[in-house]
Amino acid sequence: MSDNGYLLELSRVSQVYGSGERQFTAIKDFDLTLKEGEFAALLGPTGCGKSTLLRIIAGLQVPTGGRVIYRGRPLKGVNPQATIVFQTFALFPWLTVQENVEVALKAHGVPPKLRTSRALDLLDRVGLDGFETAYPRELSGGMLQKVGFARAMAVEPELLCLDEPFSALDVLSAEALRGDLLELWTGGKIPTKAILMVTHHIEEAVFMSDRIVVMDKDPGRVIMNLKVDLPHPRLRKDPRFLNLVDRVYMVLAGQTQPEHVELGTAPGEPGRTRALPHINIDDLSGLLEYLDNMPNNRADIYALAQELQVNSDELLRLIEAVELLGFANVAYGDITLNPLGETFAEASIRSRKEIFATRIRRLPLFKWLLSLLRASDKKQMEWDVVQKALELEFHEEEAERQLDTAIDWGRYAELLAYDDSSQILFLEPGAA
Amino acid sequence: MNPLLRIFKIEPGWRGSAWGDAVVLFGLGVLLYLGIRLGLGAPAVIQGPEINLSPSFLPHYLTLSLRRMAAAYVLSLLFSLVYGTLAANHRIAEKILLPLLDILQSVPILSFLPVVLLSLVAILPLQLALELSSIILIFTSQVWNLTFAWYQSLTTIPRDLQRTSVVLGFNSWLRFKTLELPFAAITLIWNSVASWAGGWFFLMAAEIFAAGDRNFRLPGLGAYLQEAASQGNLSALAWGLGVLILTIVALDQFIWRPLLAWSDRFKMQLVESENPPTSWVYDALRSSRLYAYVSRRLIFSPWQRLDERLTRLFPVPGPDLPGKGRPHWLWYVLGGLVVLVVLYEGYRGGQMLLGIPLGQWQAIVIGLTATFIRVFIALIIALAWTIPTGVAIGTNPRLAKWLQPLVQITASVPATALFPVLVLVVLRLPGGLNLAAVLLMLLGTQWYLLFNIIAGASAIPQDLKYTTNLLQLGRWERWRTLILPAIFPFVITGSITACGGAWNASIVAEYTQFGGRIMYTTGVGAIISQATAAGDYPLLLAATLALILTVSTTNRLLWRRLYRLAEERYRME
Repeated sequence: MSDNGYLLELSRVSQVYGSGERQFTAIKDFDLTLKEGEFAALLGPTGCGKSTLLRIIAGLQVPTGGRVIYRGRPLKGVNPQATIVFQTFALFPWLTVQENVEVALKAHGVPPKLRTSRALDLLDRVGLDGFETAYPRELSGGMLQKVGFARAMAVEPELLCLDEPFSALDVLSAEALRGDLLELWTGGKIPTKAILMVTHHIEEAVFMSDRIVVMDKDPGRVIMNLKVDLPHPRLRKDPRFLNLVDRVYMVLAGQTQPEHVELGTAPGEPGRTRALPHINIDDLSGLLEYLDNMPNNRADIYALAQELQVNSDELLRLIEAVELLGFANVAYGDITLNPLGETFAEASIRSRKEIFATRIRRLPLFKWLLSLLRASDKKQMEWDVVQKALELEFHEEEAERQLDTAIDWGRYAELLAYDDSSQILFLEPGAA
Repeated sequence: MNPLLRIFKIEPGWRGSAWGDAVVLFGLGVLLYLGIRLGLGAPAVIQGPEINLSPSFLPHYLTLSLRRMAAAYVLSLLFSLVYGTLAANHRIAEKILLPLLDILQSVPILSFLPVVLLSLVAILPLQLALELSSIILIFTSQVWNLTFAWYQSLTTIPRDLQRTSVVLGFNSWLRFKTLELPFAAITLIWNSVASWAGGWFFLMAAEIFAAGDRNFRLPGLGAYLQEAASQGNLSALAWGLGVLILTIVALDQFIWRPLLAWSDRFKMQLVESENPPTSWVYDALRSSRLYAYVSRRLIFSPWQRLDERLTRLFPVPGPDLPGKGRPHWLWYVLGGLVVLVVLYEGYRGGQMLLGIPLGQWQAIVIGLTATFIRVFIALIIALAWTIPTGVAIGTNPRLAKWLQPLVQITASVPATALFPVLVLVVLRLPGGLNLAAVLLMLLGTQWYLLFNIIAGASAIPQDLKYTTNLLQLGRWERWRTLILPAIFPFVITGSITACGGAWNASIVAEYTQFGGRIMYTTGVGAIISQATAAGDYPLLLAATLALILTVSTTNRLLWRRLYRLAEERYRME
């Protein structure tokens, strides 16, 4: 045990990919401490590097900067005191439930006889008694993740890392499993000393953890540390619970900024290029229509998530797009449709496209892309060329996603055309 | 989806580099040259044992042949595990090993025979050298697809499973046993089936062999068939063929089918498969109490003890990550030395090539063109009948139930064994050996196409078929909009393998002995065979290299592009 009593300390951890001009910072100066007995949640939008952090903490990956201290010692290689439960369960499909648990014990040198009894005991504790000889394909998602938990606990880890463990499950199984895990944890039935859970589900974080570390992306960094001081079992209708959820939404959804801040700069220019949120345009129309039918054209963002049955990550991306296009304003956790958004929501299919086109023509990224196309020979460009240019602002994967989104929006607005077989972007005649 | 899809796939993510190929080709040339030089030291006249054509000798010959095949197969597996693991785990090794594998695949195995044989005879006792070279030959016909399969499996293991095995602290044995081997199991078994088929195809060539005055032969089924053919003994030929087919069917029923049925558990999907492969032998074994008792006592317990031992034996991975450190300086020195030797031998091999008269080079070019045309015709004929047949079988489950086993058995008969019979019939027809050569290529390679097309046609989604019905598309429209695009990737995959096989087959197809007569036609295969028979090693080297170059160039320029197009545009997933 180290002097300050921390189980885990991360100081100024950074993760940088690529080099030279195409350098991209995935995580910047991340600090975190974890004490014994704590259940912390890392919450943030897709792409903020939270899963990468989990791998760094487990020792699967070495960060490019900063220090990882475990029990007062710098972490070298895989942390034998930590284990991860994956979103995909990561069970061996060719081993039975029992063998899946036993193999973890075997790797740790537990003799055969002890292995069996320990595995059976663990399966019993997670409620899988009677399923020992079943193969993973015979089980439902919730049960599979129970096996995942049993296997993780088999090695009696001090630190249990959970990588979105419930997001591949259906709503009911996820809820049941959350309860089961909390029961094991708060009841002290497992030797685990601390839990660190990665999630993009705001309610889940508030429901389970004692502390929420809220992250944002570009680059991945901490934007808020929130203590959850509610006793278990927590009630979702409890005003204090709702208040916390609302606060997280408020921080993550942010506040609509003045236009020039909101839009950012074009690729290649100084300043940050605003990334296009990767969304489906039909969802966007759906959200606007929904808001249009609300009293005062206003809604509480966290209430929206429940009402529309979308996960918080998706909803936040949609809201980001709505703000960026100037259809609505966000302030203090509320979203309000403005007159332009109202017009869009009530317009015909054709006029919607026209409104959308005028809105995206204002975005620096689109301005840049359209002028690039106008200036080029035959008003067309290869995908790869545009992507390479975008890679000056974004890392490779993100540049690809940006271009994908830009083409999707451009096609809808009838500004761009794209031929997939030749991978060439064209300017639509109307946009020239 | 049909498991046949798992075999004969080129690694799509990997794009070879031209310099890599150049290095590999050069190295290969050196190797051939070295073998030939060694071979020049072999005894001048060799006579093998007589092959007895009485059917009562067949069981004995069969055992000998099976033993060779099995030895070569075990060797192939071991080689694949080592080679594939190296290529998958070391960046630098991958850069060299993958292009090498790609070219080795397209090397005509039969031209390697004289090289292997003669060099072994020069350094080992005759009998041992013969056995060994026969096994090596069979090995080269079995190994490449297995190696590719293993490499591909290792590089496609889901990331979370890999991470899990690290987080749980698996040592290399546990990782191999719990993760890598099970993940690769189905592909490895399917490829083993393909490898054995390849082995049967070349068995005849690997057991009897003449190079100049040196007449090598090994007692075995292949030699028996060959001898029967060259003596024109039809009843012996029929006996031999019968035994061969029976053996292949028996192996299929008693080994491969049960293994495939058993390996269904290694599917990655987390859902039950719809039509798992079945095997009556496997079902019988599973329900047999005697077998359960024996296997528990004789297999399971010792295996478990061994497993525990090995688990303890291998060190738990240390704290360092699987970081790729720089190799030791000794490796650089060693590598440098190898490069120097190779360059020198390459220079000498080049001199040997320079000594070849212009006329022979011309003959090689003409031969290549002739063989190319033959391969092309064989492919067209194969496509012409396999596309309609394959689509008919693939889209009609009832027909498939009937025809598929029949087709599988027919396909498993090695074309080389049928060749003498074929020659007998075809030689009377106009076209003679020219026609027979195309037919042999066809016989050997059409099955890859057929199987692939069946697989492709059966993977067409039912909804799309309904849609074409609802749209009342005409027959041609339906083929154009649905069937042809849907089977296109499968046709390409099948064609790649088929063409590779056809080039290889040219060596036996264009030059043959039947009833004491030697027959040959224009073609690079004939040149290689003749050069071998006459002991003209410079010509052999030149023709083989030219063939390798042609095959790998067409692969690069034509097939790989088509393959990429197919993968990107027409893959239904």
